[in-house]
Amino acid sequence: MDLQTLTYIVVGATFALYIGIAIWARAGSTKEFYVAGGGVNPVANGMATAADWMSAASFISMAGLIAFMGYGGSVFLMGWTGGYVILAMLLAPYLRKYGKFTVPEFIGDRFYSNAARVVAVVCLIICSVTYVIGQMKGVGVAFARFLEVSYDMGLYIGMTIVFIYAVLGGMKGITYTQIAQYCVLILAYTIPAVFISLQLTGNPLPQLGLGSTMADGSGVYMLDRLDQVVTELGFAQYTVSKRGDTLNMFVYTMSLMIGTAGLPHVIIRFFTVPKVKDARSSAGYALLFIAILYTTAPAVAAMARLNLHQTIEPVAGQNIAYDERPAWFKNWEKTGLLAFEDKNGDGRIQYSADKATNEMVKVDNDIMVLANPEIAKLPNWVIALVAAGGLAAALSTAAGLLLAIASAISHDLLKGILKPDMDEKSELMWSRVAMVGAIGVAGYLGLNPPGFAAGTVALAFGLAASSIFPALMMGIFSKRVNMQGAIAGMIAGIFITLFYVFQHKGLFFIPEWTYLESWGSNWFMGIEPNAFGAIGAIVNFAVAYIVSSMTAEPPQHVQDMVEYIRIPVGAGQAQDH
Amino acid sequence: MAFRSEEDAKNYWRENVSLMVKLMIIWFVVSFGCGILFVDALNNIQLGGYKLGFWFAQQGSIYTFLVLIWYYAKAMGKLDAKYGVNED
Repeated sequence: MDLQTLTYIVVGATFALYIGIAIWARAGSTKEFYVAGGGVNPVANGMATAADWMSAASFISMAGLIAFMGYGGSVFLMGWTGGYVILAMLLAPYLRKYGKFTVPEFIGDRFYSNAARVVAVVCLIICSVTYVIGQMKGVGVAFARFLEVSYDMGLYIGMTIVFIYAVLGGMKGITYTQIAQYCVLILAYTIPAVFISLQLTGNPLPQLGLGSTMADGSGVYMLDRLDQVVTELGFAQYTVSKRGDTLNMFVYTMSLMIGTAGLPHVIIRFFTVPKVKDARSSAGYALLFIAILYTTAPAVAAMARLNLHQTIEPVAGQNIAYDERPAWFKNWEKTGLLAFEDKNGDGRIQYSADKATNEMVKVDNDIMVLANPEIAKLPNWVIALVAAGGLAAALSTAAGLLLAIASAISHDLLKGILKPDMDEKSELMWSRVAMVGAIGVAGYLGLNPPGFAAGTVALAFGLAASSIFPALMMGIFSKRVNMQGAIAGMIAGIFITLFYVFQHKGLFFIPEWTYLESWGSNWFMGIEPNAFGAIGAIVNFAVAYIVSSMTAEPPQHVQDMVEYIRIPVGAGQAQDH
Repeated sequence: MAFRSEEDAKNYWRENVSLMVKLMIIWFVVSFGCGILFVDALNNIQLGGYKLGFWFAQQGSIYTFLVLIWYYAKAMGKLDAKYGVNED
């Protein structure tokens, strides 16, 4: 069967599955809509969290980024997993004990003010929307290639699918759909990795294959071969090339870690388990399921890079002719994400680090994982499965984010502040309306995406790191930080981060609207904008402490509340007011 | 259910924080230490085909995170039981 038909069948079957689950798990109450009724088993919740959180950036972009960055790409691997340690120990159990529906609700109660709640809602929407853009780009890319439709059309299809099951099912539908999506995406990621690892190293486990010798009998380690191939072409040595300097890597990793712990759509997942104890173990299951992909990714990255170079230049100095380029090369050229220009007119493909002679004028990071099985000449059903996996990753995260945005608008803004007398039925209606609006905005921004999927996503983490994470930490671990401190801290943190990011990427990501260009890029200690969240977090903490120390301490009932959330007993179900 | 005494509540929180601090130190040393700050020194050591620093950054730190979370969940379960604040 040809690839096109096979892809339609596999992708179509998975979509039918998701929509079927959504219809079966329709949400009838606000509690089901926001927190799936608060009774999800920790293993199931861990799996859903993994799918929720592993986005198009993890599935499609990350290995591609690592493939071209080498060691420098480690910031994503450590940053996007290490955050779970913070989440499991410092946040999840306490927020579960507190037992409400949303993150702004906690911030509003802990800092006893609607103003704090509104600031939290605004921060939440800024980082969730930034994050959704990345998912939409991923959906567009995957559809464009595999259904051979235009990028825009792919985006519309993706929006429709998310619309059907997220709006209908709320958290309950999303949770059960995400379990199915996890299974699809993890199989889609690991199966090709096992094949490729076997081909290259003879070891079926990619985690071990990456550290093994080549299967060609040369006895050379895979990573040593890769280092040799890339340095001969003038690229940086794979296993040691840093991203920026050590400080930049440090700050970048920290931003991603605390950003993970501050992302609302991840945090609300811990409101869905029955007990505090389950919140702790649920984080463990989530990381276990995530680690399967994250320990495979570096192998996929290194092997894809090696395969790419060996396809273009099978023997050193004997580059393949452009006319004999493989089918995957032609297919990706059509999408515009891969481009060749015969600079020296010899009809052969030269790929090197030298800008003047390099003829691979465009190799988009985002295509590496999707093209990988084709480059390795794997059977068609594997390629079809990868398409389904990429879509599962993007859709599951988009759904989780849209829910976080919708609940912030309907539960925190409308029900919490503007119309407190609203009944449950109209709140449910409004949360669906908010979700439809969010899908529309996300789709529009997906058509005008700033940067790579992972680049945009990394930025969302920086924003969460600089605004929400410090407020939550101080809310749990300090009784002294008060309303004024928390509000000033959040505003200072997100403002300084946005200021730095927009200065580099243009105001609201519009490239023409850059400012203060004379300051140069990465002017603050060589730190790149995506890594700036950790600095924003430090500013947030500092401002909050200084302002708090100058103003009155929180009232007694708030201090009692902090005591209360520190004890695990009696969490009860996730509560409404 | 609640704590038997004020004293118990204080001790429970103190033990919880001390456990957290210990585990967060390991978290920091393995990821930021071995994976970033000391990576060049560790890269002089080979672990199979891996340079050791590179292995920590792309494999070892993730395995360590997993162990830390599971250890914490188990240890806290015991601590809850010790102070009678478990939910079972």
